[in-house]
Amino acid sequence: MESVKDKCAVVGIGETEYSRDSGRTERSLALEAIKKAIEDAGLRPGDIDGIVKYAVQPETETDLAACLGIRHLSYFGEAGFAGGAGAALVRQAVQAIVTGAATNVVVFRAVNGRSGKRYGRGEVTGRGGRGDAAFSEPFGLIAPGQGAAMSARRHMHDYGTTSRQLGAIAVACRKHAARNPRALLRDPITLEDHQNSRIIYDPLHMLDCCYEADGAGALVITSADRARALKQRPAYIMATVQAAPGGGDGAHDRTETSAKHKVFAAAGVSPGDMDVVQIYDHFTPWVLMAIEDYGFCKRGEGGPFVEGGRIELGGGLPLNTSGGHLSEAYLQGMNHMIEAVRQLRGTSTAQVEGAELVLVDTAAGALILRR
Amino acid sequence: MSGLPLPVIDSDNAEFWAACKRHELVLQRCGQCKTLRHPPRPMCHVCNSMTSEWVKSNGRGRIYSYVITVQPIHPGLVGKVPLATVRVQLEEGVLFTSNVVGCAPDEIRIDMPVEVVFEDVTQEITLPKFRPSRQVEG
Repeated sequence: MESVKDKCAVVGIGETEYSRDSGRTERSLALEAIKKAIEDAGLRPGDIDGIVKYAVQPETETDLAACLGIRHLSYFGEAGFAGGAGAALVRQAVQAIVTGAATNVVVFRAVNGRSGKRYGRGEVTGRGGRGDAAFSEPFGLIAPGQGAAMSARRHMHDYGTTSRQLGAIAVACRKHAARNPRALLRDPITLEDHQNSRIIYDPLHMLDCCYEADGAGALVITSADRARALKQRPAYIMATVQAAPGGGDGAHDRTETSAKHKVFAAAGVSPGDMDVVQIYDHFTPWVLMAIEDYGFCKRGEGGPFVEGGRIELGGGLPLNTSGGHLSEAYLQGMNHMIEAVRQLRGTSTAQVEGAELVLVDTAAGALILRR
Repeated sequence: MSGLPLPVIDSDNAEFWAACKRHELVLQRCGQCKTLRHPPRPMCHVCNSMTSEWVKSNGRGRIYSYVITVQPIHPGLVGKVPLATVRVQLEEGVLFTSNVVGCAPDEIRIDMPVEVVFEDVTQEITLPKFRPSRQVEG
């Protein structure tokens, strides 16, 4: 198989403001973010011939193309796994570009995630007791965070992980958000604040949970050759992987999801080479377990690893430098990918000096970008 | 009252819920390789056989993990919190999501032995729940 390493790059990024109540349609938010990303790249809407979206995004590609005045869409696609689709979108864009199906591809996410349907209340992922949900929802397992809480409880039992260690992740994200004017939660917090925040689903506190928000983000992806002639410093896509859990008996086994670490081999780099990481933080336990999955530390050592400022700016592994889902906005991995590009351009509000390699975890996948 | 969603009975799981109504806990077993599975599904994840049979579980297991939902994040949880949702590892090996009854949520511990009890909810639906085991171990 021919490698697609470094064959494509992210050349444009765009975001709306993040808010608690946009007062706008998700379509309007999507179009604003896409328009900004295209302008950022120095392109025009007519240059775009591909759109890839999250399968949970209700707007159709034809509608968006009509609004943008794109006359011919030669590639359109979508990826599943709800909010975890991020890396899969980028992968589809890369595949479309290297096979000649498209030239310049937009990927995006737009949500009224706070003023509209709430993921945190099971309003999007709830299945009304159908299928496998017949064996979970009647027992009160409704929202994604409850599963995270159950996994966290088992991790605590097996490895001695503590709630305060989870709190260190929330504190780090907030510290970074404090520097970011786009972030919705900017007041610094302490471990005590984390411990004193109300319990939502024990063992998780409110500050272990992402901040649901309204907003949109978009990327423009093109070939490396074209990227070099465009306005911005390209963020080259070294590798992407997709990894959905499957099979088995539903135990909290990380075998499937930990397949994400294959992104390092695909990119030809190792975890220790990463200058900064952006990890999908809908709930703090998933961040801690992802750090283990990627091999930044051994299984079970995630708790001690995140303590003592290691994941804060200036530490050994700065994480979620925009504030992430916990403090900037819950934009389902799109804001993590945008922040990764900013780090490589040198324009983050929590810039890691000279950042050259960034890992982005998008829940059901991962990508590595380089300068 | 808008409660929690009730199980939607379909041809994949009808046998399971019919057994619950009789206050029996059954598990689906592959007709070919005899691997047990839960929840009921049309195919064995080990050998892909689509034939299956139902075997009676002894209803005993241990708490694998649990979450205590404190905030009523869903209308169906109003008046029900704090609610302990548990994952029980049955003695037969499979993991089973349910609730613990007959003990306060803060008394639940991982590895605690539990046994099934049945809660008749509607004419059609009986939910299998678990209580701290009363059987003397050993």
